Amino acid sequence: MRKNRWLRVFSLLLIVALPLLLAGCDSILMDPKGQVGAEEKRLILTAFGLMLIVVIPVIVMTIMFAWRYRSGNSEAGYSPDWAHSHVIEVIVWFIPCVIIVFLAILTWHTSHSLDPHKPLDVDSDAEVMEIGVVSLDWKWLFIYPEQGIATVNEVVFPADVPVHFRVTSGSVMNSFMIPRLGSQIYAMAGMDNDVHLIADEQGTYWGRSTNYSGAGFSEMIFEAQVTSQQGFDAWVEEVRNSPDTLAFPNGYQALAEPSIDHPVEYFSNVSPDLYDQIIQSFHDGSEMSGHGSHASGHGEHGGEKQAMPMSAEAAE
Amino acid sequence: MFGKLSLEAIPYHEPIIMSTVVVIVIAAAILLGGITYYRKWTYLWSEWITSIDHKKLGIMYFLVALVMLIRGFADAIMMRTQQAMAAGGAEGYLPPEHYDQIFTAHGVIMIFFVAMPMVIGLMNLVVPLQIGARDVAFPFMNNLSFWLFAAGVVLVNVSLFVGEFAKTGWLAYAPLSGIEYSPGVGVDYWIWALQISGIGTTLTGINFFVTILKMRTKGMTLFRMPIFTWTSLCTNALIIASFPILTATIALLTLDRYLGMHFFTNDFGGNQMMYVNLIWAWGHPEVYILILPAFGVFSEVISTFSRKRLFGYGTMVWATVAITFLSFVVWLHHFFTMGAGADVNAFFGIATMIIAIPTGVKIFNWLFTMYRGRIEFTAPVLWTLGFIITFTLGGMTGVMLAVPGANFVLHNSLFVIAHFHNVIIGGVVFGMMAGLVYWFPKAFGFTLDEKWGKRAFWCWLIGFFVAFTPLYILSFDGAMRRMQSYANAEWQPMMLVAWVGAFIIMLGIISTVVQFIVSIRDRKKNADVTGDPWDARTLEWSTSSPAPFYNFAHLPEVEAIDDYWETKRNNGGKVLRPTQVEYQDIHMPRNTVAGPVIGALSIVFGFALVWHIWWLAAVGAVGIFVAFMMRVFNDDIDYHVPAAEVERIEREHQQRLEMQA
Repeated sequence: MRKNRWLRVFSLLLIVALPLLLAGCDSILMDPKGQVGAEEKRLILTAFGLMLIVVIPVIVMTIMFAWRYRSGNSEAGYSPDWAHSHVIEVIVWFIPCVIIVFLAILTWHTSHSLDPHKPLDVDSDAEVMEIGVVSLDWKWLFIYPEQGIATVNEVVFPADVPVHFRVTSGSVMNSFMIPRLGSQIYAMAGMDNDVHLIADEQGTYWGRSTNYSGAGFSEMIFEAQVTSQQGFDAWVEEVRNSPDTLAFPNGYQALAEPSIDHPVEYFSNVSPDLYDQIIQSFHDGSEMSGHGSHASGHGEHGGEKQAMPMSAEAAE
Repeated sequence: MFGKLSLEAIPYHEPIIMSTVVVIVIAAAILLGGITYYRKWTYLWSEWITSIDHKKLGIMYFLVALVMLIRGFADAIMMRTQQAMAAGGAEGYLPPEHYDQIFTAHGVIMIFFVAMPMVIGLMNLVVPLQIGARDVAFPFMNNLSFWLFAAGVVLVNVSLFVGEFAKTGWLAYAPLSGIEYSPGVGVDYWIWALQISGIGTTLTGINFFVTILKMRTKGMTLFRMPIFTWTSLCTNALIIASFPILTATIALLTLDRYLGMHFFTNDFGGNQMMYVNLIWAWGHPEVYILILPAFGVFSEVISTFSRKRLFGYGTMVWATVAITFLSFVVWLHHFFTMGAGADVNAFFGIATMIIAIPTGVKIFNWLFTMYRGRIEFTAPVLWTLGFIITFTLGGMTGVMLAVPGANFVLHNSLFVIAHFHNVIIGGVVFGMMAGLVYWFPKAFGFTLDEKWGKRAFWCWLIGFFVAFTPLYILSFDGAMRRMQSYANAEWQPMMLVAWVGAFIIMLGIISTVVQFIVSIRDRKKNADVTGDPWDARTLEWSTSSPAPFYNFAHLPEVEAIDDYWETKRNNGGKVLRPTQVEYQDIHMPRNTVAGPVIGALSIVFGFALVWHIWWLAAVGAVGIFVAFMMRVFNDDIDYHVPAAEVERIEREHQQRLEMQA
């Protein structure tokens, strides 16, 4: 009677839980739109599967042992002094070790193949496109050095073209991520970080900061539009026709002022050095660095000159 | 005169905060009024506040932890409610200004002022008894540690009503926590609350490390120590090695904020990556400081209630030691996405996974302790079984996060939140609840109500899965941590499920409160006369419940692991009752006034520094120094309990035993 009631409760829980689990299957990470994301999906599932080899037996054994050796069960054996067995000790060390060896090999390989700094291995001979990404309070500035344009909260690139995002911050630490495409990377002031991504399907995917950065963090979202080559060229023309331009430090300083839910903006005629200038501004120790209103109140003295921007990797 | 402090610092315009103030003021008035009405101030002062008795300090740590659990949980309910509401452009009821303080406070309170005092409180109560000692190595320092911790608690709570708390996340990453981006006093409250309580924790670490190494009774070799004492030893080694890193890191941040230095700022050569590395070089060992004693509790509980020796004692010890060392070489897994090279990431990823091996072995050892045992399904056993299942799942998601390639998409998402609640609730909270029920009779002389204890367990277990499974699922759809609102309305149903889960957990907390009330009501019926209500195995059960203030009239001699169990068995399952014994004077430490005084002055000192009231900070600092010096030059710090007094207390215990028989 009592047992039946529990069974019913469990089946009810299962019915509730099942749609929840299924909801995960068509989620963003399980339906990636690029090579990096696809490899990461495979990696997550492989690691998950390997872990289940231990996890499922542990859960089954917990329930089985607890039930079988309950104090009321006189059929089960009782050995109060049995506390050691070479066979069991060897097995319980051996199995986790084997699984971790497999996982370690997998980790070593994928840490290298998925290293965000590493250019992608792609079949197409498309040239790598470079986009500078600057996190500001609380919006994203995208700089296209080859095209001489910049945008805010909207990034556009063609499908099947490997994109080299150089990522830095004009403010606090953020993390740049387009979940459909895969890896994220920290955006840090004065640091030249980078991540290589590619999209294999046209569409509009959202991206955001994943690292909490203050009041406007929740709205620090941008649109990533993946287009055809023609679509991209047309879009570049549109941005080039924008009356707004962005220069350093004057225009940039105004843009860097904190704002929440900032509208999309297009800038034509942007210097290809803008990205480097923003990084450099954190190394020259001058008051003219132009980091928005936050920077006010800095002293005039101190701060060594650093000729080269430090890469995050070198600084590790 | 008052630095940055003015009447504007009090948030009159915040109805939520002000109603909390009213509730707290009323509760405090009732409490203080009650103490005054029943004339309990002298009793409180001489028996508790100035006490150096490790058992009483343990009880006080746990009590404060339970109160702060309610505070931290109120934050959790507010966050879940906000996220259940703020979907698809809706703003919810908490603006970012408020929400950001709440998630910061939730993390800080739950780790520093709930989990830590529970762990330290349990160590206080149990460790000296388990090793057959009469107190800790440095009894005054133990009292001081508690009051420094309490000073931290007070500062965190004052921040609710005077000024604000940090809006930076619980680890206050620079440069967001620097003066440039956080000009308010919130981060300063964070700094001084953690700095003061952190020094208390370091002192505790030294104290218990020395206690376990130097104060063990005759025959208690290291490899006869109960596992809980072993895990405590490792935890205290971790505290000694890691808390100074926290102290130094916060000190550097303090220099940045107070003296305009540039250790962690964006420019002038500051290095924010150094901050993140340093804070996690402390932060990762910290999670093992919390979990190791919980592992110890489960080992004691499972062996006691399976009526069987712990399987693989030696393996258990070496696995614990291995985890202790490994916990120092994995900190970088908290920021694989910072952009370190592939080799660095792979090293830290693999080092992290290696920890899963000794941890997995421990889990198998607990399983094989149950194997061929006689398991009684008491509340502590339910917590333990719930732990094994929940923690195994949490370990699995932990290993997934430890693979850098997978971490690149899971980092900073709700997956991380679900994972660490999975291991902290499933591991630390379940462990501390098991330990609470298990050792409660040793502290108070009666057992806790089983029915309500089991209800608490089921609410926590079910509540945990209902609250955090949705977060795992949402993380695969790109839901990030620390979001005050989200544009994607499709996430709302899951957020609502999580919200329901939080309320089920709340029922668990209420069950524990009811459990206390019912148990106090039935304390006569549930009295533990023998001192050994569970037919247990280790030394703490050989003395009466509650243990006399000197713990043992005669220091026990130990000949084996689980010596008390062996002794009982050699006597035909009976408790050994000494007859015709001669009692001797017992050397004990005196209570101390210096501990609470230094604690109170630390509050003044910290509060003054938060608000830049320099003269008051000087008063606090000089006061602390003077109080400390007076203690140093006080020679009257110990006394002898006369043999006759010991005999009287022991006789009373004997009489109770005979009456029961």
